[in-house]
Amino acid sequence: MKIHEYQAKEILRKYGVVTPKGIACFSVDEAVSAAQQLGGEVWAVKAQIYAGGRGKGGGVKVARSLDEVRQRAGEILGMRLVTHQTGPEGQVVHRIFIEQGVSIEKEFYVGMVVDRGRQRVCMMASSEGGMEIEKVAAETPEKIHKVFIDPIAGLSQQQAEEVALKIGIPAQSVPQAVTLLQGLYQAFDDTDSSLLEINPLTLTAEKQVIALDAKMNFDDNALFRHPEIVALRDLDEEDPVEIEASKHELSYIPLDGNIGCLVNGAGLAMATMDIIKLYGGNPANFLDVGGGATAEKVTEAFKLMLRNPKLQAILVNIFGGIMKCDVIAQGVVAAAREVQLTVPLVVRLEGTNVDLGKKILADSGLTIISAENMADAAQKAVSAAKPSHRREVVSVRQ
Amino acid sequence: MSILINRNSRVMTQGITGKTGQFHTRMCRDYVNGKECFVAGVNPRKPGEDFEGIPVYATVKEAKQQTGANVSVIYVPPPFAAAAIDEAVEAELDLVICITEGIPVRDMLRTRYKMQGKKTRLIGPNCPGIITPDELKIGIMPGYIHKKGRIGVVSRSGTLTHEAVSTTMALGLGQSTCIGIGGDPVNGLKHLDVLQLFNDDDETDAVLMVGEIGGTDEEDCAHWVKDHMRKPVVGFIAGVTAPPGKRMGHAGAIISGGKGTAQEKLEVMESCGIKVTRNPAEMGKLLKSVL
Repeated sequence: MKIHEYQAKEILRKYGVVTPKGIACFSVDEAVSAAQQLGGEVWAVKAQIYAGGRGKGGGVKVARSLDEVRQRAGEILGMRLVTHQTGPEGQVVHRIFIEQGVSIEKEFYVGMVVDRGRQRVCMMASSEGGMEIEKVAAETPEKIHKVFIDPIAGLSQQQAEEVALKIGIPAQSVPQAVTLLQGLYQAFDDTDSSLLEINPLTLTAEKQVIALDAKMNFDDNALFRHPEIVALRDLDEEDPVEIEASKHELSYIPLDGNIGCLVNGAGLAMATMDIIKLYGGNPANFLDVGGGATAEKVTEAFKLMLRNPKLQAILVNIFGGIMKCDVIAQGVVAAAREVQLTVPLVVRLEGTNVDLGKKILADSGLTIISAENMADAAQKAVSAAKPSHRREVVSVRQ
Repeated sequence: MSILINRNSRVMTQGITGKTGQFHTRMCRDYVNGKECFVAGVNPRKPGEDFEGIPVYATVKEAKQQTGANVSVIYVPPPFAAAAIDEAVEAELDLVICITEGIPVRDMLRTRYKMQGKKTRLIGPNCPGIITPDELKIGIMPGYIHKKGRIGVVSRSGTLTHEAVSTTMALGLGQSTCIGIGGDPVNGLKHLDVLQLFNDDDETDAVLMVGEIGGTDEEDCAHWVKDHMRKPVVGFIAGVTAPPGKRMGHAGAIISGGKGTAQEKLEVMESCGIKVTRNPAEMGKLLKSVL
């Protein structure tokens, strides 16, 4: 799960991380009065969307008067912000954050993720703040300094000092940077974060080290013990189809092809997308119905796929282990009847009770293209998705 | 020999009284030598009870002392599953197989930390388990799709492992042992660890390795194979079509920061002498070609 910058900063302040003063706003008037309340002569007007790259996309502006705050806030609120992380369709801005301006002397980067190889939380820091860190990592990896954190002891004083000095924090500001870095790790650990990024971490003209931006993601598996974080969820930021899918415990990701896939198991679902592509087709989605799919779940899965206007065929690929093929077949038949399927349906069943499952499909009277194995299924789905074939199927129905 | 488990293993189920634990303990007990092998269950609140004749103990330690069990399989719900692994490690079991899906990463980081220097090996979490066909099955895979043979199978996923097995079975190739190591980012045995075991197993002739996007486990394994593996290895990686930044069902299956793409993994594997296919339907055929 993700949260907004202003929410992340609110969490981090509790851990002794210094940030500029700021107020989150939902309207232009709120923005102006927030600026008044904050005082000073310079403010940052920042779009609050989950995606990164907001500055480059025009979602972060500096204002030097209250009039300018009004103008900038008006421009940003409601804009469709396109960044390298939003995709070409962009994300509409519903919230902005008004922050006191800061005089920047130097910018750094600090981030934390779980390093799978080492099985530790890794703190990465760099003297090259403000830039895209992937670019720094790819072009000048020596400029990224990493420390791996002991899960019991936490980020030690020594490690934090080492990080601060390596990235070039001046000696007089190191003690403050140590407090900030240790606070970041404590926040990461306490909240079950999966990613925490401060880009830029800023040294001000007054030699103070502050977090000018903040990004936090959380481990979905740990949300059960963080109701305070779940409460921050902003549904405007999430794809409605993905929200609907998560309600039914379906793992669904829309893609840009035209062949819908319904599969049990994440690995097999990915392999199904791959084999569709291999035979010249294009998957419309990733959809894992999980281990305990019921007829209702399968019906919901069909409804999700059919929301896609580009959909031209559906491929159901089930390897029943614990999940029995007859149960899935009943689900497919019930779903196909309920949603009044208008695209060709290819079904491949294998595993427990497969014969029973195939019989249920055959006896249903529905136009189902049955496939013997994965390769057969993919080929049939690809050919069924071609426009010529599709017309034929529809005309048979009429 | 097979690897990690055989007919002489003695197994306890942690979480035997839950619905999932009951169902799968029953299925495993009914598989070939399961009746002799599944000897105990653990539930701190129900000691002294039994599950269809299998005695339930309060702790792993007690179950081990009373029955000689050396392996544990865990179906405990996610909030308590890491603690269940810790308990099995403390009791110095040889092997723990954690089926539970959805354990917080933070819990697993601590559990893996505490496992350093201990003798216990961990498979999973979030995995289908392990089977030595025609001997013993510990986990949730369907037993009947397997047959004893000389192919080692290691995979990060569940149903894709079944698919892999079925493509080899269609060509008459059985398995020595088949292991699902799980789809979580922080877990126990990696591809590399399992390949080391297969390398030293005189009943394994070749290995089928099935991976997916995310992390660098497959690459690390490939580099080891290049220098040390004495048997042919073939591979498949799921997720060539997966877009970056999107988590594909498994917590570990995500391409982040441009790392962990299927393409990159396939290239590294090929450069290390592992034959790969991009077609999941042809895993068996590829395997047969190297025998």
